[in-house]
Amino acid sequence: MGKAEFNVLWLQSGGCGGCSMSLLCADTADFRGQLRQAGINLLWHPSLSLETGQESLDVIQDCLSGRTVLHVLCIEGSILRGPEGTGRFHLLAGTQEPMMKWVQRLSAVAQHVVAIGTCAAFGGVTAAGSNPTDACGLQYEGDQVGGLLGSDWRSRSGLPVINVAGCPTHPGWVLETLAALADPQPITADQLDALGRPRFYSDQLVHHGCTRNEFYEYKASAEAPGDLGCMMENMGCKGTQAHADCNIRLWNGEGSCVRGGYACISCTEPGFEEPGHRFDQTPKVAGIPIGLPTDMHKAWFVALASLSKSATPKRVKLNATSSHVVVAPMIKKTRLK
Amino acid sequence: MTRLLVGPFNRVEGDLEVRLDVADGQVRQAWVNAPMYRGFEQILQGKHPLDAMVYVPRICGICSVTQSVAAARALAAACGVVPPPNGVLLTNLMLACENAADHLTHFYLFFMPDFTREVYAGRPWHAQAQQRFSTVSGEHAREAVAVRQRWLQIMGTLGGKWPHTQSIVPGGSTRGISSSERYRLGARVAEMRSFLERVLYCAPLEEVVALGSVDALTQWHARDPLRGDLRLFLSIAQDLALEDLGRGPDLTLSYGAFAEPGGGYAMAPGVWNGSTLQAVNIAQIAEDARHAWLADGGAALPPAVGLTLPQIDKPEAYTWNKAPRLDGQVLETGALARQLADGQPLIRALWQRSRGNVMTRVLARSLELARLVILAEQYLRTIVPEAECCVATQLPDHVDTYGLCEAARGSLGHWLSIREGRIANYQIIAPTSWNFSPRDRQGTPGALEAALVGAPVAEGDRTPVAVQHIVRSFDPCMVCTVH
Repeated sequence: MGKAEFNVLWLQSGGCGGCSMSLLCADTADFRGQLRQAGINLLWHPSLSLETGQESLDVIQDCLSGRTVLHVLCIEGSILRGPEGTGRFHLLAGTQEPMMKWVQRLSAVAQHVVAIGTCAAFGGVTAAGSNPTDACGLQYEGDQVGGLLGSDWRSRSGLPVINVAGCPTHPGWVLETLAALADPQPITADQLDALGRPRFYSDQLVHHGCTRNEFYEYKASAEAPGDLGCMMENMGCKGTQAHADCNIRLWNGEGSCVRGGYACISCTEPGFEEPGHRFDQTPKVAGIPIGLPTDMHKAWFVALASLSKSATPKRVKLNATSSHVVVAPMIKKTRLK
Repeated sequence: MTRLLVGPFNRVEGDLEVRLDVADGQVRQAWVNAPMYRGFEQILQGKHPLDAMVYVPRICGICSVTQSVAAARALAAACGVVPPPNGVLLTNLMLACENAADHLTHFYLFFMPDFTREVYAGRPWHAQAQQRFSTVSGEHAREAVAVRQRWLQIMGTLGGKWPHTQSIVPGGSTRGISSSERYRLGARVAEMRSFLERVLYCAPLEEVVALGSVDALTQWHARDPLRGDLRLFLSIAQDLALEDLGRGPDLTLSYGAFAEPGGGYAMAPGVWNGSTLQAVNIAQIAEDARHAWLADGGAALPPAVGLTLPQIDKPEAYTWNKAPRLDGQVLETGALARQLADGQPLIRALWQRSRGNVMTRVLARSLELARLVILAEQYLRTIVPEAECCVATQLPDHVDTYGLCEAARGSLGHWLSIREGRIANYQIIAPTSWNFSPRDRQGTPGALEAALVGAPVAEGDRTPVAVQHIVRSFDPCMVCTVH
C-alpha cells in the first residue's frame, strides 16, 4: 500500500493480556509483514517491543507532546477506577500514577481510540461479581454508555471508542480494524454498530456457520458436556444471540467455542460476565429457554420447536446426545430417476 | 546510594515494577512490585462452582489452560471423579501445547531480544543476535511467531480457541477427536518439531533431551557454537557469564507435570534441595501478606483459609502480591524446578555448580521444550479417536478442595471451599507469586528480590540490562501473580 506510517500505541490495564496473546495467533505466516503491509507502525506494545522502563515512558511522552503523531491508541483490559475513584488498583509501573490518568491523557491526543477486547470495551470479566476494582470500559460500563471517557467523548477523528469486543478478541478483528483505520478512507461511524463494534464482524451471529445447525433445526439437544447436539436448549449456548462471526472466520485454525464442544457465552456482548444464571445451563421458564434467538418471536419459536422436535430423524436424535457420530446419514442417489 | 524505579517492565506478561538501591555499580537491595490488582478471588465468591471454569482461565492470557486445569482438578476432586484416560490425554496434550508455546514465546519474543541492544555492540555474537532476534526484523523471531500460530491450531481444534477455552471440565474434555483430526494435528506437531530441529537446536529433539552431563553440553556447544539459537545463547551466556547472574534460592518446587492416566507423572513432582527430592507437603504452604496492600490476617495463612481483601494505605506494603512460603522458606519454581525434580542429570549437575541463574533457567526451559514436543507426539498417538473423554460429575454442596498444575513458569494451585453449593472462598497461588514474592514478615526477600542483589549497573543506566536478563529469566506472569 506504501502509505505514510500509521502509529499505533498499545497499552494494557485491567485484563489478562489474552487479547495480545490472541493477536499473535493471527492467521499469517508473517505477522510483522502483515502490519507493515497495512502501513502500521507499532510504536510500543507490552509483549513485542524492545523498549522497556524509561525508554517506553519516552515513547508515551512523545505521543503526549505531539512529537509523535498518535494515530491509534489501543487499550487492552478494563479501566480500574477504584479504590474510591483514585485508580490506584493499577499504577502504571515506573510512574506511580494511575493508569486511568494515562489513558485519559493519551485518549485526548489520539486520532482514534480502540478498545481491545470486552474488558476495555465494556468492563468485561474484571467487572464481574462485586466488581472489587470498580472496573469499567473506555466508553461503556456494561451496556450503559459512559465508562471512563463519558458518553459525549469523541476522538480527534470524531469517532467514539471503537469496541473490538470479544474475550479474548479475535486477531482478525483487531488487524482488520487497524488496517481499516490506516486506510486513506478510514472507518466511518455508520460502519460501527450501536455498541461501537466494527460491523464487519458484529453484523453476524455466532449461530451463522455453526456446525450444529442440523441439531438446531430439529431442536435435537445436547444434554451433557461433550454431546454433539444443539447447546441452546440445555447447555447455556447464546450463539443465536451473540454478535460475532466466530463460526465463519474461525479461531486458531479450525476452532470456535461451539466446535470446541461448549456453549457460546456471548463474550462480545456487554454484561456477558454476569449473565444472572450458570454459564453452562440454559435458564428456562416453563421449559422454554428465556433467551430466544435474536429477532425471533416467542410464539413462533415455541410452535416451530415443538413441530421440529416431533419431526426429528432418529439419526439426529441419537447423535445429539452422543460425543461422536453413532448413526451416519443414509446414502441417497443423487440423480433424478 | 541511588534509587532506581524500573518500569513499565515489558516483555513479561502483565505489569511489573522493580525498585533498586544501587551503590558502587551494583544492586544492593531490590523490591518487586506487581502494580495491578483485579480481585478474581473476590469476584469468585458466591458464584456457582462450575462458573469458575469460565472465570479462572481469564485470570491469564498466557497460562489460561493451566488455570482451567487447576480448577478442573479441584472440582473433580470435590466430585470424587477421575476423568477417563482419553480426557486425561487430551488435557495433557493441551497443557503440552500451551507450555511449549509459552517457552517458545519466552525465548524468541521476551528474553533473547535484550541481546540485540546497543550496549552489546562489538560483542562477537551481537550481529547474529540482531539478525535473529530483533523485535523489528529478527528472522528467527518472525519464524517463531509463525510456527507458534500454527502450533496453537492444536488448541483451536481441542479447545475451540486459545486463550480461554471451556473444553476443559472437571469430568474431562468436551472435545474428542476423530482419526482424521488426529492426522491434521500430527501435521501441526511435525511443523513444530521441524522448526525446533532446524532453527532452535540444529539437532534432533532426542539429541537435545539426551544431553546428560556438563561435559556433554560443552561438547555439543563447542561443535558449532553459533549454529542454532540454543548454541548461540550458550555462547552469549559464556561471554557474559550469565551463570553468575541472578542466583536463585536453595529450594525448588514442582507439583509434577502431566499426570498420566492410571497415576504418576511424565515429570515427577518434588521439592529439590540439592541432595534429596522431598514430597511436596501442601499443608506447609502459607501466604504472608505483610508487605502486600492486602489485609494481613495477623499471620501467614494457608491458602485453604486464605484471605484477599485490599487495604490500600497499609504501611510497609509495596505490592499487590502476597509472599507464599513452604514451611517458611523461599523457593523457586518453573522449568528449572521441574527438570530438577524429574532428575534431568545435566540440569541437576549445573544446579549443583551454580544454582538457579539466568543461564540454567533458560537452558532448562529450552531442554523442556524439546521434551514437550516429544510428549505431545506421544499423547496424540495414544489418544483413542471417538472414545469417551468426559464423565458426569455431581458437586457436593459442602466441600474443601484444591487442584494443582504446572504452568510453563511453574507451580500453580487453586484452593476453594464450597458452602451451600456456592464458592465461599477461592485462593490462587501462581508460579510468579512464588518467584516474585515480596518480603515476608521476617523480612526475607522473595526469590527475584534476592536474585537481583549484586547485579551490575552501569553509571547512569536507568534500566540496567543485567536486571532485565535476571527478571526475564524467570519468565514471569504478573497477571497470574496478583489475579
